[in-house]
Amino acid sequence: MLYREAGQFKTTYAADQQLFPIRQDRIGVITLLLVAFFAVPLLASEYWFSAILIPFLIFALAALGLNILTGYAGQLSLGSAAFMAVGAYAAYNFQLRIEGIPILVSFALAGLTAAGVGILFGLPSLRIKGFYLAVATLAAQFFIVWCLTKFPWLSNNSSSGVISTQQLIFFGHELKTPVEKYLLVLSIVVVMALAAKNMVRSTTGRAWMAVRDMDVAASVIGIKLMPTKLLAFAVSSFYCGVAGAMYAFCYLGSVEPDGFSLEMSFKILFMIIIGGVGSIMGSFLGAAFILLLPIFLDIALPFFADLFGLPFSSATVSHIQITVFGALIMFFLIVEPHGLARLWQIAKEKLRLWPFPH
Amino acid sequence: MNFFLEVLIGGLLSGVMYALVALGFVMIYKASGVFNFAQGAMVYLAALSVVGCMEKGAPLWLAIILAFAIMTVFGIATEKFVLRKLVNQPPIALFMATIGLAFFIEGVAPMIFGSEPRALELGIVDEPIPWILDNWNMVISKFDLVAAGVAAVLVATLALFFQYTRIGRALRAVADDHQAALSIGIPLQHIWAIVWGVAGFVALVAGMMWGARNGVQFALTFTALKALPVLILGGFTSVPGAIVGGLIIGASEKLAEIYIPPVMQDLFGGNFGGIEGWFPYVLALLFLLVRPEGLFGEKHIDRV
Repeated sequence: MLYREAGQFKTTYAADQQLFPIRQDRIGVITLLLVAFFAVPLLASEYWFSAILIPFLIFALAALGLNILTGYAGQLSLGSAAFMAVGAYAAYNFQLRIEGIPILVSFALAGLTAAGVGILFGLPSLRIKGFYLAVATLAAQFFIVWCLTKFPWLSNNSSSGVISTQQLIFFGHELKTPVEKYLLVLSIVVVMALAAKNMVRSTTGRAWMAVRDMDVAASVIGIKLMPTKLLAFAVSSFYCGVAGAMYAFCYLGSVEPDGFSLEMSFKILFMIIIGGVGSIMGSFLGAAFILLLPIFLDIALPFFADLFGLPFSSATVSHIQITVFGALIMFFLIVEPHGLARLWQIAKEKLRLWPFPH
Repeated sequence: MNFFLEVLIGGLLSGVMYALVALGFVMIYKASGVFNFAQGAMVYLAALSVVGCMEKGAPLWLAIILAFAIMTVFGIATEKFVLRKLVNQPPIALFMATIGLAFFIEGVAPMIFGSEPRALELGIVDEPIPWILDNWNMVISKFDLVAAGVAAVLVATLALFFQYTRIGRALRAVADDHQAALSIGIPLQHIWAIVWGVAGFVALVAGMMWGARNGVQFALTFTALKALPVLILGGFTSVPGAIVGGLIIGASEKLAEIYIPPVMQDLFGGNFGGIEGWFPYVLALLFLLVRPEGLFGEKHIDRV
C-alpha cells in the first residue's frame, strides 16, 4: 500500500526516464537529503561528525568506486586503498605546488590522477581475468604504497611519507568545524552518487554489466572490451581517488602511506559484499554496517564481559572483533549473497501490499 | 660471482618456502575451484596449534599429531558449514567467503593459543654450513636446505598420493569435472573434506617451517601474500607450477632486493629498500601479460 506505483502515469519520455521514476522513491530521496543537509547539522554532536558521519560518507564513496569496478564491470580489485592513497597524495601535492588552487579543483585533479593510475593498473585486465586479475591488483596495492613511502618528493620530503594536509579554503572561507567539513563531504558524495546512479543505467553502465556477465558474449554483440574495461578502472579509481583526498583533507588531516593498507582495501571490499555487489545504495549500507560494527562491539563487549564476569583484555576484544567480522562475512554470503541492498528490495516488495494480505 | 651465487641460492631456498604455502592453494583450487585466501591464516593456525600444544607439555611429535587433528577437524568443519552452503554460488562469492574465513581464524586462533610471538624449536639450527663456507666462502643456511628437503618430500608424497591411490584418483576426477565425477559415483562432499584435510596438512608443514624460521607470530598470515605471485606465475592448477614459480619468485626477489636499490639510489637519491614487497607481484604481472594462464596453468577457453 505504502509503496505502490499503480496510478503513476508517465506521459512524457522525460518523466519515464528520470532517475527515480517512482514517486515514493523521489519523496524518500528528497527527505533523506533534506535530513542530511539540514536536520543532521542541527542535531548531531561534534563526535558524531568527526568519528562517524564523515568517515561513513568517505568510505561509502570509496565503496561506490569499488562497486562500479567489481559490482558493475565484474573486475575484482584488491587495491582500492592504494587508489585512495593516490588521491590523497595528489590532492596534497596540487595544493602544495600550485599557488591558490581551489580545493574542489585539486580534489577533481586528484581524482583524475587516480584515474590515470587506475588505467595503468587496469591494463592487465585486458589479458587476464578472475582471480589472476585480483592478484594482479595487489601489485597496485603494494607498489603504490611503496612509491609513496620511498619517493620523498611526493610527500614534500617529510620523514616516512607522512603528510599534513593544508587548510580547507572554500571560496575564501576556511572550513574548520566538523559541521562545515561534513557539509562539504556530503555535497561531494551526493553529487557523485547521483552521477554514478545515472552512469550505471547509461550505455556505459549497460556495457559494463554485459562485460561482467560474460565478456566474450559482450564482445560478440559489439561492445569494445578495451575501452569498456579501462573506463571502469578509470571511473572507479576516480571515485576512490576523490574519497582518498577527502579522507586526508576532511577526516584525518594527516596521513601516511601505510595507513592505506591492504586491510583497508579488504574493508572496502567487505562493504560492498555486505552492502550488495552491484548496487549504489548497497555501498552506503555496507559502509555504514562495516563502520558501525566495530563501534558497536567496542561498546557491547565490555558490557557482556561485566554481565558474565569475564575478564576481557583489549587484545581479546580486538580478536573477538576480527572473529565476528569474519563470521559475519561468511554468514552474509551464505544467507544473503546479494547483501543488505537485496533485503531493502524485499522490504519494498512487501511494502507494496502491506498492511493488506494481497 | 660468489656473492651473486650466494644470493641466488639463498633466494631459491626461500622460494621453496613460498612454494610450500602455494601448494596449499593449488590443492584446494584444483579440487574444488575455490581460491582459498585463508591458506595463510591456516598456516598461522597450524603453527600456533603446534606451539600451543607444546606449551601445554606435549612432546613435539604429539603436538604435530594434535595439530594435524585440529587442521583436519577445521578443514571438515569449513567444508560442512561454509562451502557446502555456498555450492552453485559464483567463484567470487566463494573467494570472499574464504577472506571471511581468514579473518575468523585470525581472531579465533590467538584467542585459544595466545597471541604473543613464540619460537618453535624443531632441532634444526639456522646457521651456515661450515663446509661450503670454508671451500666456497658462501653462506648457505642449514635450515633452508632442510626446508628444501622437506618440500621435496612433501611434493613427492603428494604426487604419489594423487597418482596411485584410490582417493587420489577420485581427487583428480573431481578436479577435472565436478559433474562428471558426481555422475560416476564419487562422493563429492567426502572428497572436498579430504582436500581440506590435505590442505591443512600442507599448511601444517609450511607453518612449522616458517614458524621455526621466523617465530610463530601473526606475521605468518602474510605468507599467503608471498605465495600469491608464485601462484599466478606457476598457474593455479599446477603442483609443479607452484614449485617452479616459487623458485623463480624467491630467486628474482632476492636478486632484485640486492641489485636494484643501488641503481635507483644513483638515479633518484634516497633509500629504496623493501622492494621485496611488490617486486614479485610486478614480475608476475608482467609475466601474465605474456602468458595469461601462468607457466603450467591450463589454457583457458571461453565458450559462449
